Amino acid sequence: MAQAAIELKGINKSFGAVRANRDIDIEIPQGTIHGIIGENGAGKSTLMSILYGFYQADSGEIFVKGQKASIHTPNDAIAAGIGMVHQHFMLVENFTVLENIILGAEGASLLNKGIAKARSELQRLEKEYGLEVDPDAVIEELPVGLQQRVEILKALYRGAEILILDEPTGVLTPAEADHLFRILRMLKDQGKTIVLITHKLREIMAVTDNVSVMRQGTIVATRKTASTTVEELAELMVGRRVLLQVEKGKAKPGDFKLSVKNLTVKDGRGVTMVDDVSFDVRAGEIVGIAGVAGNGQSELIEAIAGTRRAESGSVTMKGKPIDVTGTADPAELRKRGLAHVPEDRHHVGLVLPFEENENAILGYHDDPKFLNGAFLNIDAIRSDAREKIEKYDIRPADCRLRTANFSGGNQQKIVLAREMENDPGVLIVGQPTRGVDVGAIEFIHKQLIAMRDRGKAVLLVSVELDEIRSLSDRILVMFDGRVVGERGPDATEGELGLLMAGVEAQEAAE
Amino acid sequence: MATPYAKLPAWADYGLIPLINLVVAFLVAGLVVLLVGESPIQAATLLIKGAFGSGAGIGYTLYYATSFIFTGLAVAVAFHCGLFNIGGEGQAYVGGLGVALVCLGFDTVFPWWINFPLAIIGSAAIGAFWAMIPAYLQAKRGSHIVITTIMFNFIAASLMVYLLVGPLKPLNSMAPQTRTFAVDAHLPKLDWLLEMFGATIRSTPLNLSFILALVMAVAVWALIWRTKLGYEIRTMGFSPKAARYAGIGEARIIVITMMISGALAGMMALNPVMGDQHRLQLDFVTGAGFVGIAVALMGRSHPAGIVPAAILFGMLYQGGAEISFMMPNISRDMIVIIQGLVILFAGALENMFRPAMQAAFASFSPRSMGMGTAKREGA
Ligand SMILES: Nc1ncnc2c1ncn2[C@@H]1O[C@H](COP(=O)(O)OP(=O)(O)OP(=O)(O)O)[C@@H](O)[C@H]1O
Ligand SMILES: [Mg+2]
Repeated sequence: MAQAAIELKGINKSFGAVRANRDIDIEIPQGTIHGIIGENGAGKSTLMSILYGFYQADSGEIFVKGQKASIHTPNDAIAAGIGMVHQHFMLVENFTVLENIILGAEGASLLNKGIAKARSELQRLEKEYGLEVDPDAVIEELPVGLQQRVEILKALYRGAEILILDEPTGVLTPAEADHLFRILRMLKDQGKTIVLITHKLREIMAVTDNVSVMRQGTIVATRKTASTTVEELAELMVGRRVLLQVEKGKAKPGDFKLSVKNLTVKDGRGVTMVDDVSFDVRAGEIVGIAGVAGNGQSELIEAIAGTRRAESGSVTMKGKPIDVTGTADPAELRKRGLAHVPEDRHHVGLVLPFEENENAILGYHDDPKFLNGAFLNIDAIRSDAREKIEKYDIRPADCRLRTANFSGGNQQKIVLAREMENDPGVLIVGQPTRGVDVGAIEFIHKQLIAMRDRGKAVLLVSVELDEIRSLSDRILVMFDGRVVGERGPDATEGELGLLMAGVEAQEAAE
Repeated sequence: MATPYAKLPAWADYGLIPLINLVVAFLVAGLVVLLVGESPIQAATLLIKGAFGSGAGIGYTLYYATSFIFTGLAVAVAFHCGLFNIGGEGQAYVGGLGVALVCLGFDTVFPWWINFPLAIIGSAAIGAFWAMIPAYLQAKRGSHIVITTIMFNFIAASLMVYLLVGPLKPLNSMAPQTRTFAVDAHLPKLDWLLEMFGATIRSTPLNLSFILALVMAVAVWALIWRTKLGYEIRTMGFSPKAARYAGIGEARIIVITMMISGALAGMMALNPVMGDQHRLQLDFVTGAGFVGIAVALMGRSHPAGIVPAAILFGMLYQGGAEISFMMPNISRDMIVIIQGLVILFAGALENMFRPAMQAAFASFSPRSMGMGTAKREGA
């Protein structure tokens, strides 16, 4: 085998009582794409953060190209040729692409000299790797896929030979993800080494050469991708067989629970995001809204849930109107039985600096059972949080841990537990399994089906077509703010894909 | 997953870093003293002695600290909601009006223990009102609260000058101040408290409002971390989007929080007006509102940090007076410079030594990083 680009020996890392990494040994051959998978909280991000100098291992050694490296800060990692693309991009939103790329590596004290040099270097990189972006575009105006490309360019600009990507496709559209994988293969052909963390086993099968499986802080297996299967990987991750496809009976739709009529929503800049949308959700059914991210799904559910003002149209829930164009109040809607799992758990669904138990009541903090008059009933809040932790298997099982210290998937479970346990009549869920491991996906999907079977109306928004197809009883496809089609659960991927791309809508317009 | 630099252990975060900042501030201040040709060691000795060396010194130190606790708490409450209340100075100033009106009206009617609660209500109500206007403008009109609260400091100053040279001035007096209150509107001194610790003193301005300040510190802790309102305030402070999602009315929380903040600042007036001077004078706040910002920053917006920070600044005020008295080369202005340095290092440059500390901790004791340090605020 070729020389290892990275070799980790005996890495250990604990956070208090949590052993996030234990005795990790791993060798990543030069010029390969190496996948790392594992349950939420298995320690993947921690391991990569150690490699990138964000955290210090308690013990263990890192070798880069055979040389022992001591990596204490991200700068040490960059010097050793390691680059990282974060899931939450670390770009300055109102800087241009070029400015972002030279940020922290400006070179000369006179900026224009450095910029000129950077520009030609950037052009060389773009050409070499087929990573076109306009160097003068402002970051916030670029779609996420391109923003991510800037992150990659930034790492390459600093001479990265080894590129770490932590859940890079979570925010990408399927097309963008495909493009990313083409880029990764190209980088590999140029001799770069790539470490890819993802929860999507399909992606592992599609691009990696080898894959390591982590469970509870250890590496339980490393396989050649060509000689393994999705089923085997899922089982290795979770330690039991996983149902990759949920089982569900036929829906028994009842009364109309949620009716949306001619809803139009504009964003802050006055651009119409939701355009005259109408549909119903009945008790006992799951209605899925499919669509490429950014086609108005987010604004639609925000308007229904009262966190964004609608321009016009009406919504009724359980026969009573929701004043979506005026005074709709999320607190009041919650009392009327509307639960809402927002798409953005980091900024909307959770307050990251809070303790877990404080987040477990967010939005329900008015509930008398959590209060003693004006005071919080701390005991009640914590015991309720512990129950949910138990029931949803949130790890670590510590209701006083800061929410920011939970892994992404576990954060998602905190939100889901809160919203589902309140026994709502109508449940609106946005991207319920974003960043969530296969075992947890199975669990969440079962819970959603169970909600449906208990006669709740569920409105599901997801950019994962698989998810939409396996959960929904009816599928609405949104494109450019409009509902461009409705299909049954047996619609094929290709058919939905075309609708999502607006093919039919364009034809109709011609 | 965002993986920021690991956090420092709590003792380093809340103890070591403020201490380092303070030491650096004093070192730089020492240099300044050296520059004007005096001995820094001697100045430091004078400072400490002046502040804590005698019963009277301690009394004065705590008297100043009392004011700073009120204004520090005021700033901290607003901070928790993500608001920067720079208007403590003005809110305290008009708070004095509330105290004075009660005292002038009832000093010959009620005993002090009835006048005291009335004055608390009076000062808090007017302080709250003074903060409510900028809050309302922020909540409904988007006028930035930093700007409006600063402007309200000037308006407060003008208003008080008008009142003190006009309606509130006794007819045949030349001084811009109210008449002296009768004894039933004087707060009891706390000389006995100092004497309990063996100090012998003639008289210090330390008065009952010091106890009230400590009670308020506990009340603010309970408010922020133990009540529903506090929960809503913190949610808004950390993430307005999450607050909206949770159905917490932004305008309502901003106005309520600022009114609480203004009420606390207003209560500061009790200390000088009812506790010491027994009349309402021009400029009695003397910068306490601004010192409150530094106190809140240094105390990390937590009452347990604010009380010691307030005492530190009380020490600077009192010990500083001592230095300028004993060392002719060091004028009152020098003292202001030293206080400024402490504010600079402990407040504004609060984060200067943090990255270095984190790196040091990371390389020396990796095990001490992480969950053990997960901030458990308010617990
Ligand atoms: N700063 C921290 N303080 C305390 N605990 C932490 C911290 N960072 C991570 N942990 C804990 O370490 C464990 C591993 O977390 P890590 O983020 O590495 O998981 P992960 O495998 O990336 O999970 P996910 O797939 O959900 O992103 C988790 O139990 C997590 O709660
Ligand atoms: Mg992770």
